[in-house]
Amino acid sequence: MLKNYIKIAIKVLLRHKLFTFISLFGISFTLMILIIIVSLVDHTFGKMAPETRLDRTLSATYFKFSHTDKHSSSNGPIMSYYFFHKYAKTLEIPKKVSISSFHKNVETYKENKKFKMALKYCDAEFWEILDFTFLEGQPFNLTDVENINPVAVITRNVKEKYFNDEFCLGENMMIDGINYIILGVVENISILRPLPYSDIWVPITNINEDLLEPRLEAVSFPSYFALALAEKPADLPLIKEEFQNKITQMEFFNDMFNQLEGGFETYFETIAGVLFGRSSDGGANTSGLLVTILITMILFMLLPTINLVNINISRIMERSTEIGIRKAFGASSVTLVGQFMIENIIITLIGGFLALIFSIVILHIINQAHVLRHVTLAINWRIFYKSLLICLFFSLFSGVWPAFKMSRFQPVEALRGGQS
Amino acid sequence: MISLKEIEKIYRTDKIETLALKEINLEIRKNEFVSIMGPSGCGKSTLLNIMGLLDKPSKGEVLIDSREVVKFGDRKLAAIRNSKIGFIFQSFHLINDLNVVDNVEIPLLYRRLSYKNRRKLALAALEKVGLSARTRHFPNQLSGGQRQRVAIARAIVGKPEIILADEPTGNLDSNMGQDIIDILHDFHKNENTTIVMVTHDEQIAKQTERILRLFDGCMVN
Repeated sequence: MLKNYIKIAIKVLLRHKLFTFISLFGISFTLMILIIIVSLVDHTFGKMAPETRLDRTLSATYFKFSHTDKHSSSNGPIMSYYFFHKYAKTLEIPKKVSISSFHKNVETYKENKKFKMALKYCDAEFWEILDFTFLEGQPFNLTDVENINPVAVITRNVKEKYFNDEFCLGENMMIDGINYIILGVVENISILRPLPYSDIWVPITNINEDLLEPRLEAVSFPSYFALALAEKPADLPLIKEEFQNKITQMEFFNDMFNQLEGGFETYFETIAGVLFGRSSDGGANTSGLLVTILITMILFMLLPTINLVNINISRIMERSTEIGIRKAFGASSVTLVGQFMIENIIITLIGGFLALIFSIVILHIINQAHVLRHVTLAINWRIFYKSLLICLFFSLFSGVWPAFKMSRFQPVEALRGGQS
Repeated sequence: MISLKEIEKIYRTDKIETLALKEINLEIRKNEFVSIMGPSGCGKSTLLNIMGLLDKPSKGEVLIDSREVVKFGDRKLAAIRNSKIGFIFQSFHLINDLNVVDNVEIPLLYRRLSYKNRRKLALAALEKVGLSARTRHFPNQLSGGQRQRVAIARAIVGKPEIILADEPTGNLDSNMGQDIIDILHDFHKNENTTIVMVTHDEQIAKQTERILRLFDGCMVN
């Protein structure tokens, strides 16, 4: 029976080339855009090196100072090293806590050639919480940090450009007046991963400021953030709570502010907090972000789905004689709905397959154009499965209504062309 | 085999009501070959469609093998059509996207049969109607007579007890028409099948065992 359905589905598709083209174009174009968006979202929020322990990691990046009586506020990634040293490093529930700076852009010269790079100051725990892929050498350790050793870890890209891809461990690199010795080389990091992202990482003690000066806001750019690694995922809410308890007893060093919002969050919560604000207890509005993503996706899919429903109704009405014949010879309405659903699934899967091919081509073009630094978008299996689910949603949603409408015909009405 | 009791069929639109069949009572016995005659629009096809469970009467009872079937649900009706009834239509009603053997196989798709068995039965039915050489052709590659033979093969492939033929020779010339009637007679004789045929052709009707006449939706003697 399935062979018969497939045979007739292909015949129908070939017979109505314009309908087929419109259907396939609608499905494949929409899916292609969705696959690319999903790929970007996945690249931004999904688990990938060096952020492979996302289920056990929290970050504290975005904070907001305000005053209950005054109209003064300050927000963003603005916190000082001292703040995290005093309130995050002292947490007892996390397995490890790291303090790092956001990256800053630096320029360095070699043989009269200028190199622009991103530099990040971090501690030894940074390498233990994040899972960098070391191509050569190793990260710096606690002793290097405590002794303010001028050592650095660089990316493959820096090695290729600055050191002409030659062996560089033990070689020197002058940045901001300090001659750093290269300890390790790691794989390039995507700019869409702001917490681990940089080209060069050096011990945090090399920064030119008094890190332990008692102040809450960073003295200048770059500011700092903290990462906390939990023993197990269930500890994450406990870490958040422990940190919140600590900062409620916090001392404000001036009378500009008397309130602080923010804390340890997942990266998704941080983005949701920035885009959709926070509740009174400082929690990020993640449901707002999820609902927005969902509504955008539904709206985006609605148009081609309505188009498909329309095409399917015409296609099915046009085949009412076939429906009548099949009913006359023993097909029940349920069987016929099944047949049309199978046809729909076939056309959608063809559309999905085309969308995958188009997406691979478009993602390849985006990757080659280096629009975003070190961003290599790819269709992985997870994205492929999501795309297949989207395909199925399309085929079911666009096929159910016409199939149901068709199943209501008496056989004799169907034989007359859908007229009663 | 088939009993109709007090059958009435009314077609309703927003403005008018048309009485297509009125107080029809009739009995078709097992292995009978009956023809239904009458002028155009008298309700012959409507009557045949009600007998074949393709349409529902507005009033009355339809009994097949002494079972009242009007109130049966979609699945049960489909199962009866599939196992007991074979249809032959004036305009053939073949699926143009399927070749001859696939068209003939249609009734078997809704039975629990393997592909191999379905093929075997479909080819045997085509042999009976003399179309073994055209199994891979598509309907639009055949003449009218050949298409009607395919339709007959499709009607008999599931070995139904009843064949309902709605003007099977209406679109054919007299020679081809007679060929089709001969096939139906052979089938009636050899397989003991009950056949009810709507026709305009007096000569063809005379070859059947009984003629029922309809006029303005009523049975007439």
